[in-house]
Formats: sequence, C-alpha cells, structure tokens
Amino acid sequence: MYIYDEIDQRLIDDRVRQFRDQTRRYLAGELSEDDFRPLRLQNGLYVQRHAPMLRVAIPYGLLSSKQLRKLAHIARTYDRGYGHFSTRQNIQFNWPTLESVPDILEELATVQMHAIQTSGNCVRNFTSDQFAGVAADEIIDPRPYAEIMRQWFTFHPEFAYLPRKFKMALNGATHDRAAIYVHDIGIELVPGDNGQVLANVIVGGGLGRTPIIGSMIKKGLPWQDLLTYCDAVLRVYNRFGRRDNKYKARIKILVKALGPETFADMVEEEWKYLKDGPGRITQEEFDRVNAYFQPRDYEQFSGNDAGFEQQKTENPAFARWVSRNVHPHKRAGYASVTLSLKGVGFAPGDATDAQMDAVADLADKYSYGEIRVSHEQNLILADVRQSDLFAVWEAAKANKVANPNIGMLTNMIACPGGDFCSLANAKSIPIAEGIAQRFDNLDYLFDIGELDLNISGCMNSCGHHHIGHIGILGVDKNGSEWYQISLGGNQGTDPLGTKASLGKVIGPSFAQDEVPDVIEKIIKVYLDLRQDDERFIDSVQRLGIEPFKERVYAKAN
Amino acid sequence: MPKLIKNGQILDDTSVILTDSEGNEVHEDGDAIVPLACWLDERHHLKARHTSVGVLLEGDAEPSELKDDLDYLKLIAINFPSFVDGRGYSIARLLRERYGFKGELRAVGDIQRDQLYYLARCGFDSFVIPDGRDAEAALASFNDFSDSYQATVDRPVPLFRRRK
Ligand code: SF4
Repeated sequence: MYIYDEIDQRLIDDRVRQFRDQTRRYLAGELSEDDFRPLRLQNGLYVQRHAPMLRVAIPYGLLSSKQLRKLAHIARTYDRGYGHFSTRQNIQFNWPTLESVPDILEELATVQMHAIQTSGNCVRNFTSDQFAGVAADEIIDPRPYAEIMRQWFTFHPEFAYLPRKFKMALNGATHDRAAIYVHDIGIELVPGDNGQVLANVIVGGGLGRTPIIGSMIKKGLPWQDLLTYCDAVLRVYNRFGRRDNKYKARIKILVKALGPETFADMVEEEWKYLKDGPGRITQEEFDRVNAYFQPRDYEQFSGNDAGFEQQKTENPAFARWVSRNVHPHKRAGYASVTLSLKGVGFAPGDATDAQMDAVADLADKYSYGEIRVSHEQNLILADVRQSDLFAVWEAAKANKVANPNIGMLTNMIACPGGDFCSLANAKSIPIAEGIAQRFDNLDYLFDIGELDLNISGCMNSCGHHHIGHIGILGVDKNGSEWYQISLGGNQGTDPLGTKASLGKVIGPSFAQDEVPDVIEKIIKVYLDLRQDDERFIDSVQRLGIEPFKERVYAKAN
Repeated sequence: MPKLIKNGQILDDTSVILTDSEGNEVHEDGDAIVPLACWLDERHHLKARHTSVGVLLEGDAEPSELKDDLDYLKLIAINFPSFVDGRGYSIARLLRERYGFKGELRAVGDIQRDQLYYLARCGFDSFVIPDGRDAEAALASFNDFSDSYQATVDRPVPLFRRRK
C-alpha cells in the first residue's frame, strides 16, 4: 500500500496542530459552537447522542496490520473497547471525549492515518473495491488512481465549503463492488483500444431523501485528465449547487434540475480551460504511486491446492465457510477471505479491540500484513494461500469473525441508528439483531442464498437501504419508531449482470417487533415462487413487488 | 473597527461600500467599493472619478462580466455571507487564473482565521477581519499548512510535479 513520504507526513502533522489549536480556542470560548462545527466536522468529529463520534478514514479500504493495531489501541484507550466499521470504509468511535480528540489524531498520524474530510460539506473519504488488485474479475487496478485522487482532494483549497457533502467511488472490475452509480461522482476504469486506461464518469447518483441513479456524463476520459475533469465538475457544483435548502443541496439535485446533458456541457466548458494545465497527471507521478501497488511476491502454484480440496471434503462446515467467505484470486493457489463482522449479539460492523488485534495478527501471518475494509462492513485478508485457509478459518472462529454469511441475508448492512445517532428516527441495531436471531439457522440461510439486506435509521440512508435487495428504513410516526420496507434495490452491476437499481416501498410501515415476521414472509414468497436457482433479486425483478405485498399485508382478512 | 490584513500587515479597514455612484463621500485614503450591478450600470461615470473604485462581488456573480474592466480595476472584493458558503473561492480562482486579474483581491464578510490559508491559495491577497475577531492571532493561520497537494494560484505547480 501507499507509504507517506516526508511531505505527506508533514501535512497530516500540520493538520493535527491546526485542529489542536481550534479545539483549544473552542474550549476557551474563543470559537462559538456554530463556528467550530464545520471545523470539527472536517476532522470527522460529530456530537452525537451520548458523546462525540469520531470517524477515521480508511482510504479506499486499505489498512496495514500496524494501523489496525493502532485502531484497537484507540478503541481500548479512548473508547469502550470497540469500533464500528461504517459503510464508507471508515471506522467510527462512539465514545471519545472532545478534549481527547487532538491526542487521538496525533496517535493516528504516527501510523499515517487521519480523520480528514470524513465529514462536513467537502470531498469525503474516497471509496473503492475491497478486492482491488487481487480480484479475479478485475480489469484495472483502481488503487494507484484512488491514491492520486486522495491526494488531490485532501485540503483542496477551492472545495472545502461545498453546498453539501461530496462522495466519490472508483471501480475497475466487472462486478461493481464500489456502487459507483449511487455516488456524487462514480468512476469506472475501462481499457481503451490501445491498452490505455480510460475513465467513464458518472455524476449525480446518491441515496438519502431523493435517491437517484447517476448519469454517465463522460465516456472514455484519459486517466491523465481525471483530476482536471473532477476539478471542473466540482467547480460547477460549488458555484451553482443550491445552498438555500440542505435537502436540495447535493449535486444530484443540480444535475437533475439542469438535465445531465446541460450539466455535462457546463463541465466541458469549464474543463476546456483546465485540461492542459498543470493539474494533468504525469506518467512519472503515476509510476511513483503505482510502485506501491505492485503484485506481491506470490509463490507459483499450478492449480488448486490438493490439501485444501481435501479439507473441504472432510469438513462440511469449512466447505460452507469457503463457499461464502472465500473469494477467487487472480493467482492460482491464492484466495481472498472475508472475516464477517455480522452475527448475533453485536451490531453489524462492530469489532472489539481484541478482534482487531487478532485480525492484525492473522494479516501478518497469512496475508502480507494487510487488511481491507469493505463497504459491507467486514474485514478482508486479500492474499491468503489456499493451503492456509483452514488455519485462517480456525483462528477466525476462535475470534468470532467466521460467520459464513457473506452475500447472504445476515450479512446485513446497518447504520448505527437511534442507539447512537442524534439524527435517527428509529433504532437499527435491534432490528438487525432481531433478524440475525430469526435467520440463525445456516441451512435455511444457505437455501435462501444471495441476498443483501440494508437498514438505515433515517432518510440520510447511511445504511444504503435503497440499494438493498431488501431495504429497511426507520421512520417516525407520531413520535414512535416504525419501519418501512422496500424490495428490489441493487448496489451495482453484479456478476450475473443485474444493474444498479433503487428499491420500491411495499406499503405502510411496521412496528419493530413485526419486522422479523415480515422479512420471513417475504422470504417465503421468494422460496415458493423462485424458478430453479433464481436469486432473490432476480425473482423480485421478474415478479415485481405485488406478490410480496399481498402476502405481507394479507393478515387482516 | 474591522481590520484589514494586507501584505502581512494589519490596518484599519476604512473602505466604504457605495450603493450608488453619486454623492457618497469616501474616506480619503479609504477604498470605495461598489456592488457589481452598480458598476455595470454606471461604469462610465465611475471611471471618471479621480479616486478609483473597487467592485464587490456576491457569491452568485459571474466574474466574466468584469473581463474587460480588469486592467482598470485595482480592487475586487468578494463577499462571503457566511464562511461556509464557498462560492467565492471558485470566483477568485476564475478571476486570477482564467481572466488574469492582477489587482487586489479582497475577502470580505464572515471571514475567520481558519479560512485564511485556503483563501490565500485561491488568490486572495487581502482580508477584512470583522469586529470582535483577533486579527493579530489570525496572522498565524496563513501558515496552517506547509504545502498544498493541488495547483494553487500562488503556486501553480501541484505537489506531484514537484516531488523528487
Ligand atoms: S441513516 Fe440516519 S440514523 Fe442512520 S447513521 Fe445515518 S443519519 Fe444516523
């Protein structure tokens, strides 16, 4: 992964110093609450229901074992012994004190980590494919581009006070694991005719109150132009995005109001003046950054490991875990492993300090000391030898991160919801827990097969409920907590070619204790009506929501 | 009185914002500044005055409207109604980088010390610090960061072209 040079390090040290002084001025009463808010937000610091919440960036999901140990240390020292991995490749600490935040940032800076722009109306932490560089279906490794872009938006002087937050994602594989159609800017890397790397640029996607699938405004942009083109998009947005109403301030509203074509023309006009300027990425810079993302010194294997095949035959539980949590790798004899942070008894995406330390040890022992964080809130070991998988599985079991549920119903994505978040309409964690308990039977879960279930505690949609095959949204009805259910969302082009889509609401909302029953009814309809080995999402797309709706609301008769 | 930071010095801000071009007396060594609409309306009269006037732009201004006046104008002020309204940063860059404005570019309105570093990178070279804020302490914020990744007005070569 990328290693800071002396200048990168100096800049994050500068930031810590700046924030320490801002915090001091705030505590001394020199900075008002209102004036401090945007400053602390640009350092990932929210004031939540119980205490401040600090969101730390994990740029495009890459972590070293040393960094993960530092996160464990922070969880132990400044928090209550755990952290929450979010849906945007960040980690959140829910219980630090405001006074301790400069110290936390200083500790993070010693391992090249920070909380810069993880919140606030600026360009946020950049997300990408958790299997970047190793996935069997990858066409272009997005990591060097992601790092070059990370540096470009970090402390960008022109775009620190945008109308609203701005999220970007990058994908270079056939399966869109970065959900590029629901970001403010989504970038798809594709090969050009002469082997040169091109980018398709999608703008104006997003979830929240007004969910919209983004529009492709530029096809085949040469990679050298990525920064200047994004400068042009951001400048048009910064100048013309709405600032009078925060619910209408995201770029998607501007793109929709102007129409994608007009918006694209305005960007093109702006870009004309920037494209040949000094912001054009040089081959030298690409080579410098790309040197950090070279393939590992893999061993040469000619095919699948024989011992591994035998272990699968002998141990059905291991085989089951492999079928869900082990993913194909570019290299023969290697695999990527997802360690599940989803199970009964803790919130989706939560990890304790001991689990983080244990995963760091596993990474050192089996996966070149590197960990990935997925937007599905799990941890990944990207480069494991097949012959080591059994040992990894045993260790994962011992640390309760071996739930074989990746891609299935209990691999739920959930935001922190009403237990922590002051914006929430309703809790999400007890809903996730209720569903996890209901679908605890693995045979049943495997029979249901692939299914994304997403839960958000309010319209801000941090749990991405619009793109869950089943989405659950907390709503407020006369001061009590209710849940609206939608069906048929999809995060992005998947291996079978099903495209990104937004779920449709099936009808009136439900009380908390009804939710597991409703989900179960929906699943029954699917099991009754599916054709052959049709997946849940494909059944919903074929049948529409009607049959599900009928069964769910049938009880009155 | 609000303070004006210019060339690293702290001065009293004696500028007067005129809403029309007639009759309003201006402090002798102070700057007179007129809103863009007024400038566009009355630029001939205004150019005839013997002390030059500056123009005040709001966030929704189209800087290209001043394209032909930039040789004459010595001062353009851009207003930040709230410091979280970042439109002025883009307008400043356009004036400097696209239209080549060489005169004084002044940030006015809700200016806080924590914005000074970015404002300076976008081409501002004078800053009005409102009453009640410590201009002296604010000077330190010009050095909040020791470098910038991006191409900026004062250093058009981005960091990646300068790395060894
Ligand atoms: S979706 Fe709402 S409740 Fe959940 S974390 Fe986001 S803002 Fe909070």
